[in-house]
Amino acid sequence: MKAKRTMAVAESTRLADGVYSLTLQYRRGEGPEQVTPGQFVGVYLNDPSALLPRPISVCRWNEESARLRLVYRVAGRGTGELSALREGDEVSVLGMLGNGYDLKKLSGKHVLLLGGGIGIPPMLELAAALRRERERCPEAGGGRVTAVLGYRDSQLFLKKEFDEVCDEVLVATEDGSAGAKGNVLDAVREAGLAPQIEAVCACGPMPMLRAVKRFAQEAGAEASAGVPCYISLEERMACGVGACLGCVCKTTEVDEHSKVHNARICTEGPVFEAGQVDIG
Amino acid sequence: MEQQAGIQKPDMSVSLCGVTLKNPVMTASGTFGSGMEYSEFVDLNRLGAVVTKGVANVPWPGNPTPRVTEVCGGMLNAIGLQNPGVEVFAQRDLPFLQQFDTKVIVNVCGKSVEDYLEVVERLSGEETVDMLEINVSCPNVKEGAIAFGQKADALYGITQEIKKKAKQPVIMKLSPNVTDIAEMARAAEAAGADAISLINTITGMKIDIERRRFVLANKTGGMSGPAIKPIAVRMVYQAAQAVRIPIIGMGGIATAEDAVEFLMAGATAVAVGAMNFHEPAATVEVIDGIEAYLRGHRIADVKELIGCVGE
Repeated sequence: MKAKRTMAVAESTRLADGVYSLTLQYRRGEGPEQVTPGQFVGVYLNDPSALLPRPISVCRWNEESARLRLVYRVAGRGTGELSALREGDEVSVLGMLGNGYDLKKLSGKHVLLLGGGIGIPPMLELAAALRRERERCPEAGGGRVTAVLGYRDSQLFLKKEFDEVCDEVLVATEDGSAGAKGNVLDAVREAGLAPQIEAVCACGPMPMLRAVKRFAQEAGAEASAGVPCYISLEERMACGVGACLGCVCKTTEVDEHSKVHNARICTEGPVFEAGQVDIG
Repeated sequence: MEQQAGIQKPDMSVSLCGVTLKNPVMTASGTFGSGMEYSEFVDLNRLGAVVTKGVANVPWPGNPTPRVTEVCGGMLNAIGLQNPGVEVFAQRDLPFLQQFDTKVIVNVCGKSVEDYLEVVERLSGEETVDMLEINVSCPNVKEGAIAFGQKADALYGITQEIKKKAKQPVIMKLSPNVTDIAEMARAAEAAGADAISLINTITGMKIDIERRRFVLANKTGGMSGPAIKPIAVRMVYQAAQAVRIPIIGMGGIATAEDAVEFLMAGATAVAVGAMNFHEPAATVEVIDGIEAYLRGHRIADVKELIGCVGE
């Protein structure tokens, strides 16, 4: 039976202003059977007056050591308390939760990974997984990963880790202090990437995801009518397992489970094919 | 061990409207779906009953998001009773629940008396459904629902209508957002309700002071979680003093000790709600904890606790 797990804090550090990294160690035999990039866990606070788990995406998963790395932005009381955790502390975690990126649909393609702000961390596990896929079956050929990371300023958290697992990493900063000035799509345009790419995966704020969805509809080789686009959505959650119906998003078709134009981000998502969801 | 301690396994069963529950612990409507999602975390066979999420005559899309937010000691929700409608529920969720050795209580919602009756009639032939819980207390939908639960005469009227059609025992779920809970309890009893359950969530609000906006798209939401427990215990006690029909007590139950309080206040059974979100196995922990309490206090039968609070 699945259960909430107590995990030991193996590392807790600050990466940039308000951005923290937390590496958690599963106890022997308690780790998840499988981790798909884009999945998330619910992290519970040790303060019992905080009822709900904090949904945080997987940034890195090391199966051998059963260590899970989460990178998050301090957004309130809960994440503030998480940032105060120190090595050796314990924290309870629920998950893996949700559906991640479908690697089968991405391998062998030139994939553009777009991470905006705190949407950057989940793209790292995706990049690493695509690299692993390619190394596992090199005979399949092809496959290229370009990551474009959008930051506020020159505090380029996780950039080095992306360099290790991507074929190409571009940066955009809001203040222009590193890479292209502007957002991830400004960097993509500057580099003229649109015609080469064969699929887009994105995580970031909603205005960015809307723009990415439109971009993907016109990207790809000249003859193609756009490229597949997968986006990871975020919403305030309660249960994290699909029971409470708190974290829904609008869907273009009637959802199989809900029978209305609503899908559960925690269960059907958080990764959706962009055409499935009505994000305006 | 049992013999050493001189304590037999306590009787955990309770009787509710002629239905015997193996223990007094059930799930609170809306916090447990139809059991499917939590069945990965909880052996549903262990529960006294599963109370489903509210079901209407047709699919309801619910409210815009954000629908949920945390508050100190609890949460606010304004889901707006999103549900797939009774037909899908009967064809998909009931067969799932039928696999388990637990009782099934279906929560019924509607915007008009006719809506409620349509669901009640659709479920009347379903043997899997042991009882109906009528939601006249959801604070998050604009029409119907709570309009029936805040005035005694309206509650009396809809209870009477439902009782005429229902084939299963009828539990009226009461709102705490009233001046006099005893009056509401008496109205439900007088109209023929077989039981009452309380409390539903307490209307609340949260404001994002950075954005100067309401956190919930619905502005208001229903508060649940451990912080509301003393209010719920008080209302269960007041209702128990007012009526003879059984009461299902709920509101902020997080531990077995909380559940025992509700039983002592006069509840025959209890429901675990928002705590499922904090600990998916909360229901089972409460069941085991009640049994441990009975053993520890050398009480042979959980029914001895019901309404036992004294001056």
